[in-house]
Amino acid sequence: MTVAAMVLGLVTVLLFGGYVKDLTYGLQTDFVQLSGHLQVQHKDYFRMGSGDPATFGVAQQDSILKAIREDSELGPMVAVATPILQFGGLAGNAQAGVSRTVFVTGILVEDQQRMRQWNEHGFPTLAAHISLAGTPQDTAVIGTGVARVLMLCKALGVSDCGDAPAGNAASAEAGGAALPSDIADLVPATAPAADAEGGRPRVDLLVASARGAPNVASVSILAAEFQGIKEFDDVHVAMHLAQAQRLVFGADAPKVTAIAVQLQRTSQLEAARSRLEALLRTRFETQPLAVLDYETLNPFYGQALAMFGAIFGFISALIGAIVLFTVTNTMTTSVVERTAEIGTLRAIGVRRGDIRRIFVAEGLLLGVVSAVVGILLALGLATAINASGMTWTPPGRVEPLPLALRVAGEWGMMLLAAVGVVVLGALSALVPAARASRLNIVEALRHV
Amino acid sequence: MPAMTGSVPGGPDRKRVHPVVLKGVNKTYRMDAVDVPALVDINLVILPNRFTVLSGPSGSGKTTLLNLVGCIDCPDTGTIMVGGRPIQRMSDDAMSDFRGFQLGFVFQSFNLLPVLTAFENVEYPLVMAGMPRDQRRERTQSLLQAVGLGTHGDKRPGQLSGGQRQRVAVARALAREPQLVLADEPTANLDSKTGNEIIELMRQMQQDQGVAFIFSSHDPKLLAAADDAVYIHDGRIVGVDRNRREARADARSVEQSAGPGP
Repeated sequence: MTVAAMVLGLVTVLLFGGYVKDLTYGLQTDFVQLSGHLQVQHKDYFRMGSGDPATFGVAQQDSILKAIREDSELGPMVAVATPILQFGGLAGNAQAGVSRTVFVTGILVEDQQRMRQWNEHGFPTLAAHISLAGTPQDTAVIGTGVARVLMLCKALGVSDCGDAPAGNAASAEAGGAALPSDIADLVPATAPAADAEGGRPRVDLLVASARGAPNVASVSILAAEFQGIKEFDDVHVAMHLAQAQRLVFGADAPKVTAIAVQLQRTSQLEAARSRLEALLRTRFETQPLAVLDYETLNPFYGQALAMFGAIFGFISALIGAIVLFTVTNTMTTSVVERTAEIGTLRAIGVRRGDIRRIFVAEGLLLGVVSAVVGILLALGLATAINASGMTWTPPGRVEPLPLALRVAGEWGMMLLAAVGVVVLGALSALVPAARASRLNIVEALRHV
Repeated sequence: MPAMTGSVPGGPDRKRVHPVVLKGVNKTYRMDAVDVPALVDINLVILPNRFTVLSGPSGSGKTTLLNLVGCIDCPDTGTIMVGGRPIQRMSDDAMSDFRGFQLGFVFQSFNLLPVLTAFENVEYPLVMAGMPRDQRRERTQSLLQAVGLGTHGDKRPGQLSGGQRQRVAVARALAREPQLVLADEPTANLDSKTGNEIIELMRQMQQDQGVAFIFSSHDPKLLAAADDAVYIHDGRIVGVDRNRREARADARSVEQSAGPGP
C-alpha cells in the first residue's frame, strides 16, 4: 500500500511533467522556426524602434551574414542566418475604398523555408509550405483579418466574412476612404492592371520611407493565411525582402530590422550568443548592435512557461503532501503491528536510536523501490498514451498536434522525481520511527 | 553435549560472576487515577550460577521484579546491582548496551523475529555485537546444535513447533554469553512433556555455561527444578528458600542409605 501510494504519486507527476515538457518544446519549436534562436538588432530597436526601421535598422546586412556564416566557431552552430525587415504601413484596397494599418514583414523566402524545417524535438507535423516561394518579387501574403477588412474575402477565398456594409461602397465612390490623390498618382506607374496576373487582387501599401516622405507600392496578393493569433492575423503582410527594402529605403542603401540566427540545437544558445556578441563588437563596432534571444523577443514564451511551471510545482507539492500523509499513516500502522517485535529487540539490547534508524531505513528502501517501479510504469504509460493517437490543439496553433508526453529521455525530470520519492519515503518514516523508538519496553512486550 | 565454540569477546567483569542485589526497591504503577503498588520494600540477593524461581500468584509482582532485574524497567526507589553495576542510574543507551552484553531473555510467547530464520534469529545478537562473520556463523551453528536444532537453522519460526521455538529462544538468549538469563513464564505456552524438555535444556545450559537463570513462573515443574525459590505475594517477599536441590538430594541420599525399613 505504501509503495502503491508513492508509485501513483510519482507516475502522476511524471506524466504531467511530460505534458508540460511537450508544451515547452512545442512553443520553443514554433518560435525558433519563425524567428530563430537569436536576433541581431539595433540595440534600441526592440524597446522603442519598431516604428522606424531607418533609424533603428541594421546596416551592412550582407557583411554581417557573411561574417556569421564563415566564423569558425559560430558557423558550424548555425542552421540558418537570414535578414528580416519589419515596418508598419497602411494597406489599401482602392477599388473597395477601404484601408487598414498593417505590419509588414520582408523576408528571404528560401531562408524562411529552411528555418521552418528546424525540429530538434522531433515533432511529427511538417512545417507549412510558405506560399511566397517561387513567386514574383511584388507578391505578398496577408492575414485573413487583413483580407476581411480590405474586402478581399471572395477574391482570396476567405470564409467567415460578411459583405461590406452598404455605406462603405457609397463613400468609396465619393473617394472618402481612398488614397489622397497626390499619393494615388504614385501608384499607376508601378501597378499593372488588376487582371493582368490571372486575377490576383492588388493592394496598395503606403509607408513612411527612410527619408521621411511617403512611399507607395502595389503588391499582388497571393493568398490570405490565418496567422494563429488574431492580433497578428489582423495586421500581417508578408512580402519578399527586396521589395520591402525598396519600399522603405527606395534607392538608398537598404537596411534590415533584424538578422535572425537559427542554431542546430537550443543547447548551443549561450555559446553562440557570446561568440556573436564578440564578433559584432570587433568587426562591426560602428553600429550599436545587440543580440537578443527568442525568449526575450517573445515574452509570451517566458510567461506561458512560468505559468505552467507554477501549476506543475503546485500539483507536485500537493501530490507530495498527500503521499506523505498516506505513507506516514501506513507506516504508523506497521509500527503498531510490530510492537511486540520492537519490545523484544529493545529487551535484547537494541538502542532507541537503532530502532529509529531501522524504520527510517525501511522508509528509504520503500522509496527506492517505488522510484524504480514508478519510473518504469510512467515510461510504459507515456508510451501507450503517445501511441494512442490522441490529439490536442495548443493555444496559438491552427492544427491539432498529436498528444506526446515527453517522459522518455527527460533524465533530469525523472531523476528529480525519483529522488523526491526516496526522500519522501524517509520523511514519512520519521514520525513513526520516533514513536517506535520511544515505546515502553514492558508495555510493548505485553502487546499481543 | 558438545562444547561451545567461539567465545564472545568480553569485558573485565565477564568472567567474574556477581549476585543480583536489590535494596529497598519500590515500584508503583499508575492505573487511571490510582497508584497501584506493584513492589513494596524489596530486599533480595539472587545468587549467581543457579536456577532461581520467583514464585507467586498472578498480580503478585513477580513479573515486575523480573523486569527490574532485567533492566527493562526502573525502580521508583532503591538500588539494584546487576553484574556488579548499579543499574538504576544508567542512561537509556547504557542500559540497552548492558542488556545486550550481560543479559539474555526468554519469553512466554517465544518472541522470535518472524521474518528471520532460526539461524538468523540466534545470530542477531552477535551481529549487534559486531562479531566477525565467520566467527559468528560458527558460534550460531554450535548454539543451535547445543539446543538440539542443528539441522533446523534455515526454518522460519512459523515452521517450528512451540518447543522448537523456545529452544531457538534459549539459544538466542545465550548467544553473547550473558551472566544472567531472565525467563518470564517460559513453559506456559508448552505442553508438559515439552515443558520438561525445555527445563532440562536450560539446566544443561546453566551448567555448561555457568549462567544464572532467573524465572518468573507458577509452573510447579519449574519450582521443582529450582535451586532457590523466592515467594512473592502482594508485592512483598514472603519467603526465600535456598539450596532446595541440594536439600532434596540430601534427603534422597539419606533415604537410600537408610535402606529398606526395619
